Amino acid sequence: MRESQGIKKLKEKFSKDILDYSISFGDETLLIKKERIFKIAKFLKETPELEYSLLLDITCVDYLGQEPRFELIYHVYSFRLNHRLRIKVKISEETPVIESLTPLWKNANWLEREVFDMFGIKFKNHPDLRRILMYEEFEGYPLRKDYPLKKRQPRIPGIE
Amino acid sequence: MVNKLKKKSKRESLLLNMGPSHPAMHGTIRIMLELDGERVLNSEVEIGYLHRGFEKICENKTYFQILPYTDRLNYVSPLINNTGYVLTVEKMLGMEIPERAQYIRTIMCEISRICDHLTCLAAMAMETGAFTVFLYMIKAREFLWDIVEQTTGARMTTSYIRIGGVRSDFSENYKELINKAVNETRKVLKDCHGLLTKNKIFLNRTKGVAIVSKEDAISYGFTGPCLRASGIYYDVRKAHPYLIYDQIDFEIPLGENGDNYDRYYVRMLEMEQSLRIIEQSIEKMPRGVIEIENIKEILEPYQAIKFARNKKPTQKIKLSPNLEGTEKEKYPYILTKDKRYIIPPKEDTYTTITGLISHFKFFMKNHGIRPPKGEVYFSVEGANGELGFYIVSDGTDKPYRLHLRAPCFHIMSALEKMIQRGYVADIIPTFGSINMIGGELDR
Amino acid sequence: MKVNFITTKLDYILGWARKFSLFQYPFVTACCGMEYMSAACAHFDIDRFGAGLTRFSPRQADLLLVVGTVSHKLAPVLRKIYDQMTEPKWVIAIGACAISGGIYNNYAVVQGIDKIIPVDVYVPGCPPRPEAILDALIKLQQKIQNQSHEWKWKNKLKK
Repeated sequence: MRESQGIKKLKEKFSKDILDYSISFGDETLLIKKERIFKIAKFLKETPELEYSLLLDITCVDYLGQEPRFELIYHVYSFRLNHRLRIKVKISEETPVIESLTPLWKNANWLEREVFDMFGIKFKNHPDLRRILMYEEFEGYPLRKDYPLKKRQPRIPGIE
Repeated sequence: MVNKLKKKSKRESLLLNMGPSHPAMHGTIRIMLELDGERVLNSEVEIGYLHRGFEKICENKTYFQILPYTDRLNYVSPLINNTGYVLTVEKMLGMEIPERAQYIRTIMCEISRICDHLTCLAAMAMETGAFTVFLYMIKAREFLWDIVEQTTGARMTTSYIRIGGVRSDFSENYKELINKAVNETRKVLKDCHGLLTKNKIFLNRTKGVAIVSKEDAISYGFTGPCLRASGIYYDVRKAHPYLIYDQIDFEIPLGENGDNYDRYYVRMLEMEQSLRIIEQSIEKMPRGVIEIENIKEILEPYQAIKFARNKKPTQKIKLSPNLEGTEKEKYPYILTKDKRYIIPPKEDTYTTITGLISHFKFFMKNHGIRPPKGEVYFSVEGANGELGFYIVSDGTDKPYRLHLRAPCFHIMSALEKMIQRGYVADIIPTFGSINMIGGELDR
Repeated sequence: MKVNFITTKLDYILGWARKFSLFQYPFVTACCGMEYMSAACAHFDIDRFGAGLTRFSPRQADLLLVVGTVSHKLAPVLRKIYDQMTEPKWVIAIGACAISGGIYNNYAVVQGIDKIIPVDVYVPGCPPRPEAILDALIKLQQKIQNQSHEWKWKNKLKK
């Protein structure tokens, strides 16, 4: 499959930050360095020919046993090119910190809160980082692979 | 004298909690408001009261066992969730689906979409005081659920759309049923247009309230009717066509301002377009099995099993009533030919050895559906917006990670901005026009 | 006051009056709410059994309908609402998730609301048909009719 316009322009400008480019079942995927995420996202959003203006999703996968352990995944979409792009970033367990994309897209606020709630990854410069789906007294991060499915932490003590 | 009084009395704001259980019948959500009289100064939305751990459960179940869980995500339009999940897995497996199955899937998806819009608008109209509209629309929904029940067996949580096709074919009198439901829905829509669309009270309450501009809508990640109400043309059925939407003629209605009235009106027009899609699909659908008139012998199940001890029965076998529609003759029209991914027909399972073994192998641990390694993202047009599934597969029979892109999660993140500087009485119709569904929001 | 002919007749009249004028509080969370909505509307009318009035405040209601899944985040809220209701009060648990957690057996869902509040009638189904909800209402009405009221425990208090 031919490379799309967005990938070509990215490779021109940020060639040493792109670690890997692959196509998985027809979707284009880029693996980039953790520190350059904000600059690359800003370039994708604000270049007039590309305009990836819709942030579809931010999610995370836990590869327990591999190093680095977590992999953050961003899906962006461009109306002008009618093209969807996936950007991946690897994060290690010792320093699970990455820069927040809230200044660029407003729905990144709640999406990053959900990733923090479920996996424990902290976002720098996030205006309000706290739990969103679980309650405040909950300990642990439920979607990590080492959290058992049936472990109970009831809010009213004593019930299952 | 009045000015002195105004300076003396300090204006303090009131903190009000619209708690998780409140009468607006939309689900469990908590809004904490800071009020100055009737004006909302600030607000905070708290979600998560229906978090049921869907994504964690999916890591421990096989691809076939996840299907009932996807029904219960957006529970007013369950067949669309089924379709989204099944199309994502089929993208990984890469198989060919018969055309009649694609048409059946499209018809069921559009019926679900109409049910969702009816429920949303009925609840929104009830909040503004139009109780009759609520009763009319729920009555129309019952006719549509009759079709769903006749075809799939259940009214709501159906698990009808399977990997490889659909579970069963339509019954013999499906054309009359669908025509009746379509006519009833058109009557109800005409009545509700007359009651609400040009009604002065409804216009005063919804026009100009909670306006979302185009830039804000894109920045907050809106998709679906809320984005189209702000004037942006984006529909997954036209942008990345799936099923048979590229062969059917339908339009996408757009709004102008992005206020509550536009969100209401876009949904009313979309229902009419869905009815057009259903009518065109019924005409274009390829024929299924033609019923043979004189069948010489029909065996009862126990007779067939006895007969099969000697050799394979060639007569027709009568199935129990809840398996209606899944007979062996109908299989080539509703399910794919690739036998690795489907359950064999019941006639084969109970009378032949190969049928029994294939049935066993489908459900055994570490056998069954095992997609190749990799990750995939696929989205369909849900009733609220773009419903996306992201699956990471590691080659085994259970997904390594499954993530759902819920459309109303992004729309709800804009709620705080939408109700700011409005009245308290405007919060409920705004909340109703967003169509928040708890199962999808909190997963 | 001893239990005698007059008190049993008064029990009968009170039971009759209470069972045909139930004020319900629908605590709706999830998918079963759609079937409850169908049961309350014109096709399967719940109003013909006298229970059509939904009071949206726990102080004014005497029947709590728990419809749908209750998660651990929501459990203290449910307990508070039950405590705020005044006597006499009854609870119906509708749906598999309210009875025993349903298909969700994990860190986030309470495995049955009878771990938090006492339940009178259970309605199985996922979701139950509207006719099943009406059947549960009729069974509850039979229970209310046969309930003997305060005369007995006033006796116990005096002792």
